[in-house]
Amino acid sequence: MSAPGAVRSRVAAGLSGPGRFFAFALDALRCLPRRPFQVRECVEQAWFVSSVSILPAALVAIPFGAVIALQLGSLVRQLGAQSFTGAASVLAVVREASPIVTALIIAGAGGSAICADLGSRKIREELDALEVLGIDPLHRLVAPRIVATAVVAVLLNGLVSVVGVIGGYVFNVVMQGGTPGAYLASFQALGQLPDLIVGEVKALLFGAVAALVAAYHGMTAKGGPKGVGDAVNQSVVLTFMLLFALNFVVTAVYFQVVPQRGM
Amino acid sequence: MGIEVRVEGLTTSFGGQPVWSDVTLTLPAGEISVLLGPSGTGKSVFLKTLVGLLRPDRGAIWIAGRNLPELSERELYEIRRLFGVLFQDGALFGSMTIYDNVAFPLREHTRRSESEIRAVVQEKLEMVGLLGAEQKLPGQISGGMRKRAGLARALVLDPQIILFDEPDSGLDPVRTAYLNQLIIDLNQQTDATFLIVTHDINTARTVPDNIGLLYHGHLAMFGPREMLLSSTEPVVRQFLNAQRIGPIGMAEEKDSDELAAEAASGVELPPLPPIPLQLAPSNGRPRRAEHPPGRWCAEHGVVPPAGSFQSVQGSVRQPTGAPS
Repeated sequence: MSAPGAVRSRVAAGLSGPGRFFAFALDALRCLPRRPFQVRECVEQAWFVSSVSILPAALVAIPFGAVIALQLGSLVRQLGAQSFTGAASVLAVVREASPIVTALIIAGAGGSAICADLGSRKIREELDALEVLGIDPLHRLVAPRIVATAVVAVLLNGLVSVVGVIGGYVFNVVMQGGTPGAYLASFQALGQLPDLIVGEVKALLFGAVAALVAAYHGMTAKGGPKGVGDAVNQSVVLTFMLLFALNFVVTAVYFQVVPQRGM
Repeated sequence: MGIEVRVEGLTTSFGGQPVWSDVTLTLPAGEISVLLGPSGTGKSVFLKTLVGLLRPDRGAIWIAGRNLPELSERELYEIRRLFGVLFQDGALFGSMTIYDNVAFPLREHTRRSESEIRAVVQEKLEMVGLLGAEQKLPGQISGGMRKRAGLARALVLDPQIILFDEPDSGLDPVRTAYLNQLIIDLNQQTDATFLIVTHDINTARTVPDNIGLLYHGHLAMFGPREMLLSSTEPVVRQFLNAQRIGPIGMAEEKDSDELAAEAASGVELPPLPPIPLQLAPSNGRPRRAEHPPGRWCAEHGVVPPAGSFQSVQGSVRQPTGAPS
């Protein structure tokens, strides 16, 4: 084979994986509006994903808020701007930390479980059986999981924001001797409502993407139990990378679109 | 009555490697066919291609006047309702009880009331001998029971074509015998077209009306049971009689040196064993698609091996009354 030919075939091979994933994602998203929506499956999945993710998310959020408070505390004191710790804390937690924590937990706890579940169904031929029985697994299993994960991610983001800000408050007020009133009063100095909205939009996207990646890897698992393990591993790693990239893109767009508040 | 399945020039490959190519065969309506082949020849792939789970590279699968590989996704889901498939391990839904598993297709595709569904499910479970296990989960029952439950689920929509993926794998000989009898009885009751994928020779010799042999990427032979059982074609003969002498080797096919050495060593193939009688339905009445024993041989001027078509009672030594 000629050199350009070899390069082209390698590029084609490299692109076929993402290509298949996008085809899968489009097929899955097309199933979302199709009736009847599997409400029961969706509620069960939402319950399941939240049951595995609420506690870890809260536990990760506390130190996240605390670390931000700690980092800012010493710096801000040198500048004599302690009264703005609350503002910085809200900004960091609501805009960035909270969606990231949500993404990690959703991908790590929810996504891996979805991938393992669908993967084991795949190798037990349950998915083939579904298709033979005339039921589209995308509509039956994947669509409810996308909705469930996205909804839970949005709710989880709210929880993480609250817990993170409380964590920051406790550290600032109790450990660093900040004033409660200043912490609370400065909330709106830098932050604004669109910050929360964009955080929730991020969470929604993260949840949907995590479910899609997990479902794709689960449904293409092959090679027995080890194949399922590999699929879970790949899906978690890939989801992390995708979510961080997506986070960057959404943030960049947000700063362009929404005017920021000055001091 | 079942539906005829006509496969023409079917070729499937994975990653550029053909699994098998140019497979042409017709599953006659209402008859039982067995597809045999050494491990790894793509028997299960063939079965999955037949229901449209895998798309072939080339070729046609004609079912009820429609060509399966050309159907859209929506039409495919429609035509799949003609099929019942028994997967290797039953492929039951792990989170549902046996009852819910069997009721699942009815709840999805029909508007029957729960009491009507209950009646159908009970009937099918009774057919496969699983009454009393309704409330168990698939993880709590044995492999044989899972297979039978999978069969009950495949039967519940009264399919016209029933495919069995290795119904006898992982079962003991007694359970295999029961399952084979069940297959014969089901064919009598439903008149559906059956295709059984297996490598169990005993099943292949006694159950089907037709046998096909998949070997080394192509269909070596497909035809009536008596044709293959009386065939002296090396591959067919070797496989159907489970012998080491012949073109099939341990890893793949033997090379010409090995075959020459085999011929030179002068090993004689044992004579063809007698063709056994086909398994009869347990209620004694004939199946609609049944062929009288020996007819194919008579029509084609083939002399069956000595001792063929004798009843099992005659060939098995019966214990005599006198104590030895």
